[in-house]
Amino acid sequence: MTTAVASHAHPPTSTGLDHRKIAIWAFIGSECMLFASLISTYLIYKGRSVVGPFPHTACNPPLCAVPLKPILNIPVTSFSTFVLLMSSLAMVLALAAVENRGKPGYEGILGSSKFWLLVTIILGTTFLGCQAYEFTSFVHEGLTIRTNLFGSSFFTLTGFHGAHVTAGVLWLITLLAIDMKRGLEPKDALLVDISALYWHFVDVVWIAIFTLVYLIK
Amino acid sequence: MATAAVSPSYAHAESTANSGIWSWLTTVDHKRIGILYLFTALSWFAVGGTEAVIMRMQLQGPNGRVVSAEVFNQLFTMHGTTMIFLVVMPLSAAFFNFLIPLQIGARDVAFPRLNAFSYWVYLFGSLFMNVSWLFGMAPNGGWFGYAPLTTMAYNPGLNIDFWMLGLQILGVSSLAAAFNFITTIINMRAPGMNLMRMPMFTWMAFIVQFLLVLAFPVITIALVFLQFDRFFGTNFYTMTAGADPLLWQHLFWIFGHPEVYILILPAFGLVSEILPTFSRKPIFGYPVMVYSGILIAFLGFGVWAHHMFAVGMGPIADSVFSMTTMLIAIPTGVKIFNWIFTMWGGNLRFTVAMKFAITLVALFTIGGISGVMHSSPPADLQQTDTYFIVAHFHYVLVAGSLMGLWGGIYYYFPKFTGRLLSEKIGNWHFWLTFIGVNLTFMPMHWSGLYGMPRRIYAYDAGQGWEIFNLMSSIGAYIQALAGILFAYNIFRSRKHGEIAGNDPWEAPSLEWSIPSPPPDYNFEVIPVVTSRYPLWDIKHPELTTEVPHSRHGDERNDVSMGGKHVGAFHDHLAAGTPEAGVNPNAKQASSKVSLKTAEELGIPMPYPTIKPFWVALFMTLMFASLLMIHKDMLHLAVAGVIGFACLMAGFLYAWLTSPLEPAHH
Amino acid sequence: MSDQFMHTSAETDVHAMGEMHEHPTWKEYKWVALILTVITALEVWIYYTSLQNSPIFVPLLLFMSVVKFAIVVLFYMHLKYDHKLFKALFTGPLIIAMCTLIALLFLFGKFSGR
Repeated sequence: MTTAVASHAHPPTSTGLDHRKIAIWAFIGSECMLFASLISTYLIYKGRSVVGPFPHTACNPPLCAVPLKPILNIPVTSFSTFVLLMSSLAMVLALAAVENRGKPGYEGILGSSKFWLLVTIILGTTFLGCQAYEFTSFVHEGLTIRTNLFGSSFFTLTGFHGAHVTAGVLWLITLLAIDMKRGLEPKDALLVDISALYWHFVDVVWIAIFTLVYLIK
Repeated sequence: MATAAVSPSYAHAESTANSGIWSWLTTVDHKRIGILYLFTALSWFAVGGTEAVIMRMQLQGPNGRVVSAEVFNQLFTMHGTTMIFLVVMPLSAAFFNFLIPLQIGARDVAFPRLNAFSYWVYLFGSLFMNVSWLFGMAPNGGWFGYAPLTTMAYNPGLNIDFWMLGLQILGVSSLAAAFNFITTIINMRAPGMNLMRMPMFTWMAFIVQFLLVLAFPVITIALVFLQFDRFFGTNFYTMTAGADPLLWQHLFWIFGHPEVYILILPAFGLVSEILPTFSRKPIFGYPVMVYSGILIAFLGFGVWAHHMFAVGMGPIADSVFSMTTMLIAIPTGVKIFNWIFTMWGGNLRFTVAMKFAITLVALFTIGGISGVMHSSPPADLQQTDTYFIVAHFHYVLVAGSLMGLWGGIYYYFPKFTGRLLSEKIGNWHFWLTFIGVNLTFMPMHWSGLYGMPRRIYAYDAGQGWEIFNLMSSIGAYIQALAGILFAYNIFRSRKHGEIAGNDPWEAPSLEWSIPSPPPDYNFEVIPVVTSRYPLWDIKHPELTTEVPHSRHGDERNDVSMGGKHVGAFHDHLAAGTPEAGVNPNAKQASSKVSLKTAEELGIPMPYPTIKPFWVALFMTLMFASLLMIHKDMLHLAVAGVIGFACLMAGFLYAWLTSPLEPAHH
Repeated sequence: MSDQFMHTSAETDVHAMGEMHEHPTWKEYKWVALILTVITALEVWIYYTSLQNSPIFVPLLLFMSVVKFAIVVLFYMHLKYDHKLFKALFTGPLIIAMCTLIALLFLFGKFSGR
C-alpha cells in the first residue's frame, strides 16, 4: 500500500470497529434507562388505580359502572410475543444472508436477504396489528389512556414500545428497498447489523414487558 | 471540498468563502460548531445574568416593587433553566466539540453532520423556550418543575408547555451529541493514544457523555408523562386518581443529580488541563484522577433522593441516601487534593486562566462542604428550601463550573481564534468576578440560616435579612460589571489580541502542536502518541521523566502510521513549531506559508450541508405545534405535528442517503 | 501491529470486522428460536395452572424471562461473539437501569409486603 493512498483515506479506527456500531450500542444502553423509567412507573402504579378496569382482577360496582372481567388478553398477547420472537429469528437470518452472500450453504432461501427482511417486516407488522387490536378492544371495554392509572401507564409503556417497533419496521423497509434496488453485499453487512441490533433490543424489551405486565399478577 | 478548493490557504479562507452566514449554517467542522456553541451560550449567559440582576434588584431591600410575584416566578424559573441548560451545558459542549478531536489526534468527530444537528437543535430549543417571554408566559414552575404543581389543575397557562417542550427539544440535542462523542473518543484516538494517555479534559468529557446518555432518558420519560397529563388528560400526576406526588420528584432527581456532575465534571477537566501547564508539572496522580471521576459518575446515580429528605421517605431510605452522598465526597475530595499537589512545588505562573482554575479549587471546596452538610437529613431539614441551599449550589455552579469554564476560555481562546485574550482586562474580569461571586453568595448562607426561604418575591423588614440581601445584590451588580468586561475582552481580543502562535502556554497536549486556529483538517499527519505529555516529551523532556506511562519500551520505534515512521510526527512538530516566545509575527507568517488545504494534502473532508439545520428546525416546529392544543386548535396542532414530522423525515432521509464526503480513491 | 493500521478504507474495516468475529449460523439460530418458543409456551402454561398462586410463581416467571432476555442478547445480538466493548456498553447501562428500577420499587414500598 502506497503512502499516496494512505493519505487520501481516513486513519483506521482505534478499535477496528465501525463508528455506527459503537453508536448503536451506546444508544441501546440509553434506551435501557428509557424503558426502565417506563416500566418502573407501570410497576409503581400497579394496583393503585381507584377505578376499573383492572389488568388481572375483575372489577365490580362501585369501582366500575358495570361488572368487568380482567382486561388483559393473554392468548392474543402470547401469540404476538411469539411473532416478535420469530421476527428476531428472521432478522438474524437476513443478516447472515448478507454477511455470507455467495458462500457455500447460502445459495437457496437461506441466502436470500430480501426474503428474510420481508418476513421480519411482515412479522413486525403482525405484532403491531395485534397491538392495534388489543388497544381498540380495550377502548371498547372502557379502558382509555385517561381512565385510570393503569390505563395511563399501560398505554404509555406499550405505546412507546409499539412506536419503537414502528420505527424498526420503517428502518427495515428502507433496507429492503436498498436490497431490491442494488442488492446488499457483504460490505453492507453493517447496515443490516445495526438495524438488527435495534430490532433485537426492541424484542428483549418486549420479553420483559410480557412477563412484568401481562403474566405477573 | 468546494470551499477549500477556491481558497489558497486556511489563513486566507477566513475572509472569503468560509466566513459568510451560509458557511456557518452548513458547517460540519467540529471547531466551527464549537465556536457556535461558545457564542450562543455566552449570549444566553447575558440573558440569564440579566434575569438574576432583576431578581437581585427586587430583593435588594424589604418589600421590593421592581417586579410582580408572577414575573418573579418566571424570572427564577428561567434563570435556573437558562443557566443550566442554555449556558453551562452548552459551554461544556463548546469545549467538547472544539477540544475532543484535537486532544485525541483526530480530524473530526465520528458523525460530523449529527454534530451540526446537535447544535441547531440546541439553538432552536433555546429560542423556543425564550420566545415565551414575548407572550408574557415564560415558564414559572421552578427549574425542577415539580408535578403536580405543573399540571393543568394548578398551572393552566402555556408557561409550563414552553418549559417541558423546550427541555424535551434540548434533550435531543444533548443525547445526539453524547452518542457522537462516546463514539469519537472510543474510536478516533490517534495511534498510541490509549485510554490512560488521554488528556484529563477528554477523560472527564468521556465520563460526562455516559452521564448524559443515562440521565436524559429518565427526564424524557418524566416530561412525556407531564405532556400526556397536560395534553391528553392522563393521570400520572393526578392525585385524585391515586397518583403518587413523589413520582415526578424521583424521576426528576434520578436525572437531576447526574446532571449536577454533567455540569461540574467538564470544568474539572478544564482545570486539570490548566493547573499542570501553569505549574509546569504533570498532574498529580493521573490514574486516581481518572478513577475518581468514574466513581463520582457512578455514585452520582445512587444519591438522587438526598434532594428529597424533607418529603419523609422513612429512616432506611434517608440513611442509605445520606451515606452514599457522604461517600461521593471522597472522590471529589481526592480531586481537590490532587490539584493542590499538582501545584505543590511547581513553577507557578499566575495567568488569568490559572487564577480562575485556582479559584475553582478553593471555592468549589466551600460549596462541596456545604453539600456534605446537606447529606445529613436532620441538618438538611433545617436548610432545605432556604437561601442556604441557594448559596450551596451557586458555590458549586458559579464558583465551580463557571470559574472552570471562564478559565477554560482564557486558556483555549488562542486555540479558538489564534489570538490571546487581554490579560490586563482579564485580571479586572477575574478580580471583579471573584469579589462579586463571594459577595453575592456568601451572605446567602446567613440569610438562609436566618430562615429566608427560597423563591419568595418579597420579604418584610425586621427579620434580620436586610443586610445580607443588600450585600448579595451589590455582589450581583459587581458580577454584571465583570460580565460586561468579559464581553468587551472577547470582542476586542478577537480582532486586536496578541497573536498566539501554536503553543502560547507551553502546554503538554496534542492540541497545542497545531496552528491556532487549526486548519480544517486539524492534523496534517495524524500524530503517533507515545506518552501522556507528547509536547513536553519533545520540548521539556525534563518535566516528564518521572511520569509512568511515558514511552512504553521500544514503542517509539515500533509504531508506524500511514507508511511514515513514528519519528515523522516529531520531525513535523519540530519543523512546524518554532519555540514559543519568539517574535509572534514570524509565527503568523510561517503558519500562512506552511499551511496547505485539505485538498492539496488529499485529506477527505466532509461536505458542508444544510440538511441537519432543516431537520433540527422542523423537529422544533413539530414540538412547538403541540402548543396549539391548549389554544383549542386541535386540528391545527395535529396538522402541524404531522406536517413538520414529514418534512423532518424527508430531510432526514435526504441527509442519510447523501454521502458524507468525496468517495475514497 | 503495523499491518492492522494499514486498513485504510471504511470498506476494509467493515470487512475485517465481519471476519474477525464469526457469527453463528442457521444451526445455532434454529435452536435458539426453539428454546425461546418453548420457554414462552412454558410461561403462558404456568400462568393458567395452579402454580399461579404459589410463592414461586413470580420468581419462576422472572427467571424464565431473564433466560430469554439473555439468550436473545447473547446469540441474536451476538454479544457472546462480538467485541468486549459492546458488552461493556450494554451491561453497564443495563445494571444501572436495573438498580434504579429496584431502588424505585423499594422507595415506593413495593417490597414491603401487601
